[in-house]
Amino acid sequence: MLSSLRKQLDARADQHVGLVAEFSDPAALLHAVERLREHGYRRLDTFTPFPVHGMDRAMGLPPSKLGFIVFATGSLGALTGFLLQWWTSAVDYPIAISNKPLFAWEPSIPIIFELTVLFSALGAVGGMLALNGLPRPYNPLFFSDRLGRATDDGFFLHVGAADGRFDRAATAQALFDEGALAVEYVSHDGAEPVARAGEPAGAPADAPVTPPHTTGEI
Amino acid sequence: MATPASTAATAHPDGAPKTLEDEPLVRGNLSFHDVTELVASHTEKKTPVQWLLAFSVALGLMGVFGLALAYLVWNGTGVWGLNVPAGWGWAIVNFVWWVGIGHAGTLISAILFLFRQRWRTSINRAAEAMTLFAVACALVFPTFHVGRVWAIYFTLPIPNQMAMWPQFKSPLLWDVFAVSIYGTVSLLFWYVGLIPDLATLRDRAVKHGRMLRARVMGFFSLGWTGSNRHWRHYERAYLILAGLATPLVLSVHSVVSFDFAVSIVPGWHTTIFPPYFVAGAIFSGFAMVVTLLVVARKAYNIENLITLDHLEKMNIVILVTGTIVGFAYITEFFMAWYSGVEYEQYAFMNRATGPYAWAYWIMMSCNLIFPQLFWVKKFRRNIGLMFAISITTNIGMWYERYVIVVTSLHRDYLPSSWDYYSGTIWDLALYLGTFGLFSTLFLLFLRFVPMVAIAEVKNVLPQADPHFYGHGDGHHGHLEPVGATGALPAGPYPTAASETDEK
Repeated sequence: MLSSLRKQLDARADQHVGLVAEFSDPAALLHAVERLREHGYRRLDTFTPFPVHGMDRAMGLPPSKLGFIVFATGSLGALTGFLLQWWTSAVDYPIAISNKPLFAWEPSIPIIFELTVLFSALGAVGGMLALNGLPRPYNPLFFSDRLGRATDDGFFLHVGAADGRFDRAATAQALFDEGALAVEYVSHDGAEPVARAGEPAGAPADAPVTPPHTTGEI
Repeated sequence: MATPASTAATAHPDGAPKTLEDEPLVRGNLSFHDVTELVASHTEKKTPVQWLLAFSVALGLMGVFGLALAYLVWNGTGVWGLNVPAGWGWAIVNFVWWVGIGHAGTLISAILFLFRQRWRTSINRAAEAMTLFAVACALVFPTFHVGRVWAIYFTLPIPNQMAMWPQFKSPLLWDVFAVSIYGTVSLLFWYVGLIPDLATLRDRAVKHGRMLRARVMGFFSLGWTGSNRHWRHYERAYLILAGLATPLVLSVHSVVSFDFAVSIVPGWHTTIFPPYFVAGAIFSGFAMVVTLLVVARKAYNIENLITLDHLEKMNIVILVTGTIVGFAYITEFFMAWYSGVEYEQYAFMNRATGPYAWAYWIMMSCNLIFPQLFWVKKFRRNIGLMFAISITTNIGMWYERYVIVVTSLHRDYLPSSWDYYSGTIWDLALYLGTFGLFSTLFLLFLRFVPMVAIAEVKNVLPQADPHFYGHGDGHHGHLEPVGATGALPAGPYPTAASETDEK
């Protein structure tokens, strides 16, 4: 059980092994994504300080399925609100007051509504985190100091090493051709810069450039 | 007021009339990094002396809060000024007042989001924080007014030794659900909005080598990377939460108004209550946001993010909702006369001319008359005046609840039991104490949490739109930076050079 979970988490982390290229602005990034997809790359991801308009289409991502999760949890909330009020007042401890019905739907609406909203909201947040695989304390991307700017003003394109067309040198060259300002190779061993063809390499191949950081090696 | 002449003067070069959308949402021609720096640096710098001074005042009021609660719990609710016809007093007035204030945050986050009011991005974080803290203050009163506060769990459907359940047909119980769920959903909404900004703080802490801070921020930012695959679900979650919070925020004050409207007390038993309470809640909530942001934007030097235009828009909301509330006061009078019920008529005449006429006219002037000044653009954009009106608005809204609660109760159907109600020093102490709770929490928020939604503000900057760079939709675009051809408007936009500006 624990080891299978571990395996799943490892597979998740492995997705992020690959090349990370920095671009100057959202438009250049969007364009590079479109071009790499035209080249046949599919395991692409972008890292940006805010959601870039049109990026889902450029990456070919289907709309989020979160709505279905929220519909399910919201319906569960409505059902809970209904059953809670009906069972407590009409079944478990019926009290007859002024010959009023033990249960009626009209006065039950506010609590059914409130519980629907509560369950939906929890479903929306929980579902979003689950679909995104968050919280994720370890991620090889955190080895890259450069990528830290994706939460400030950096625009990054990631090509997964698991992509069928991935070839470290050729893919890096493709990224430079699309206007990448810098490219790094990120793996579980660290992040290392990848040089443009014909330029001296930045660092020895297996030496991690940066120490592990951020959310800790839990 | 746009006269034809002024419209022509501010028209677009291409002839289209200038609209509100043309106004820049943030000023100062900020780059993405500038926005990060402006907001995040306030949580990273050394604690300012002014903050410490303000915080010590807030803690002093927290002391009053603790004292008032201790005295109340020790002695029981007899320490309040309640008497026989007036069984409700300051506690419910304060509860409704704080809950009402707590409406602005979610209104700004959710309803303005659904209406695509992009100016909300600069103010939503602080307004949502204000909402959370106001709801926390509000919950103090119903929790402690039960007297035996250790039995408050009776209000929740928890199996207990008496095998009894709460009375689900009572609006007071709906209130328990509505307000606590409103608080929970507001917290979720606020936290989801915070995740990308906490990741920003985390990455900045790493850059500055502050590893403990990086770990704390890393914990709370859940490993956020800014991945587009995440943004996709994130944006959907945010939209759904906004869609859920919109009916929720309207339901909360409606349910609060049911506490009154479902009873058969003259002056309370009216169908106008839910919309009138909701309008009043928005009115007082926006006023509180103006009160807080006028000070915070100055103190934290973020006047380019929270601009005069933002404040002006909030003042327009205050004008509109204040007028709705004033209209409702007058409608109540009409309906009392039109109903032909002498008890209703007496209740309203008693409000305006009876022993509480002073409170009634404070309410009328603060809520209906003063906000009318905002018809004048110059007044809407005057910081001193808007601050004063935001304060009088909340005074007026406190008196509105006081008038509703006390005037209807103090003279009931039996004249021999009529009495005059007023609060005691302990009513006042607990009310002041909640200001301590509120300001303590708000000051902690200003100190440790990004007070403006960094990622959202970046998203409304002109350079966030890929079309800004002239690549078109990308498919047939060209790769050369458009700046070289002169098509790029002047102003900083992110380049590779900005990565070297760290200290």
